[in-house]
Amino acid sequence: MSEQPPLARHPHPYPGKLITVEGIDGSGKSTQLQLLHKWLESKGHRVFFTEWNSSELVKETTKRGKKNKSLTPTTFSLLHATDFASRQYHEILPPLKAGMIVLADRYMYTAFARDVVRGVSPEWIRKLYSFAITPDMAFYFKVPIETAISRLLGGTRGQFKFYEAGMDMSLNPDMTESFRIFQSRILSQYEKVVDEFQLITMDATKDIEAQQNEMRRLVEEALKDYKPRRGTHGRRTVFWRRFDEPKPE
Amino acid sequence: MVDAQYFGDGLTNLNPSDLKGKLIAIEGTDGVGRSTHIEMLQEWLEVQGYGVITTGWTRSNLMSKTIEMAKEGNILDRWSFSLLYATDFADRLEHEIIPALRSGFIVLADRYIYTALARDFVRSGNRQWVRDVFGFALVPDLVCYMRIDVETLVLRVIETKGMNYWESGMDLRLGSDLYDSFKKYQSLLIEEFDKMAKEFHFEVIDARQSPDEIQTALRSKIQPLLTTSLQSPKLPSDHLTQPAPSA
Repeated sequence: MSEQPPLARHPHPYPGKLITVEGIDGSGKSTQLQLLHKWLESKGHRVFFTEWNSSELVKETTKRGKKNKSLTPTTFSLLHATDFASRQYHEILPPLKAGMIVLADRYMYTAFARDVVRGVSPEWIRKLYSFAITPDMAFYFKVPIETAISRLLGGTRGQFKFYEAGMDMSLNPDMTESFRIFQSRILSQYEKVVDEFQLITMDATKDIEAQQNEMRRLVEEALKDYKPRRGTHGRRTVFWRRFDEPKPE
Repeated sequence: MVDAQYFGDGLTNLNPSDLKGKLIAIEGTDGVGRSTHIEMLQEWLEVQGYGVITTGWTRSNLMSKTIEMAKEGNILDRWSFSLLYATDFADRLEHEIIPALRSGFIVLADRYIYTALARDFVRSGNRQWVRDVFGFALVPDLVCYMRIDVETLVLRVIETKGMNYWESGMDLRLGSDLYDSFKKYQSLLIEEFDKMAKEFHFEVIDARQSPDEIQTALRSKIQPLLTTSLQSPKLPSDHLTQPAPSA
């Protein structure tokens, strides 16, 4: 894959900045993104946050599909791509055009790692997301599987979720063992993705504070040429959910 | 499907050459009478002893509700529009079409991916992405394209069910009212279908003819695909032929 990139990835032309985080469950990426969010806002930046698989329309469908166990790797993948497309149009593009900072908890790289482990073609999934805006910074929180397991079991959650343990794949009847197998496969796909798309690898075994300091340093550096759109400090930004009917591209 | 294959990057868990049945797609713009003819074809085939299932665009268990909701105003950008249809298609492909083909059924598809390709092209001017998305689709054994010119289509649609928002491509704002928009949108679709007819070797059927003539033409295209191995053995042999309907 490295000698012949399937798609030309161009930097986006918008005045805003797009920062994404990736990593397996228990890598601490969401915590890090939240802390970054706080810091950016405290510096007066206008920030918009968006999360993987969160659009109402698609979430309902995924729930239904999971309930009657009819989702296949292909439909699972397509539903996530639909969700992404819809969020890119409604949530990511407008703030980028408005010059804001967009923070995305998981991005297309999640699909490149997870959906491939579930069994879709790696070439196909990359073509599917060829319309995705290239992030300005894409972080990958690298963590050994055992660290992730002990964080999830010992931490706030105390247990695994059915799908994040890959229980639907009948890898092992024991949930912890299933999680270990499934997420280890995802880790090895992530390794490929990191090389292919040059994600910024963070050592997610370090203390939360140490990781956050490193992340802030890198973001500050990347934002040096950024002309911030300063908003009223601390004011919540209410976003347009639906805009208008789309114009033809 | 002896030479069955995928359009592009296929399903990794299925070798399509195992499929015994036949996949027949009936394409054509809105209002050309596809579903009526599919019903008649099903009847004709079943009487001859062939197992038949039909599958229709947006009719999957997973997605039909979602697409209805989306059309009511929660989408639509070009990408989610096409991806919603691709999800619907994938659900039907894996849960209906492939199992039926594996058991030796004839699958009559009311619309196929060409509809999605045409609609996406009209909205984007780009052909590649949507073709990549539908790479997992099986290439049908036969595509019958019921072709009509836009002038005839307009009259027929007004006489029957009337023009609706989506069939008029109103999201594209091609015209100032429903009529202008419908005409422009459907012309663009027909133009794209005509191009695909050449590229993908559709059998073109003149849908301006009488229903009887259209049905006869469809049957004559399908007949060569039929082999005795597809017939279910339990039906008596005197039911193997059926006269063309007089409707």
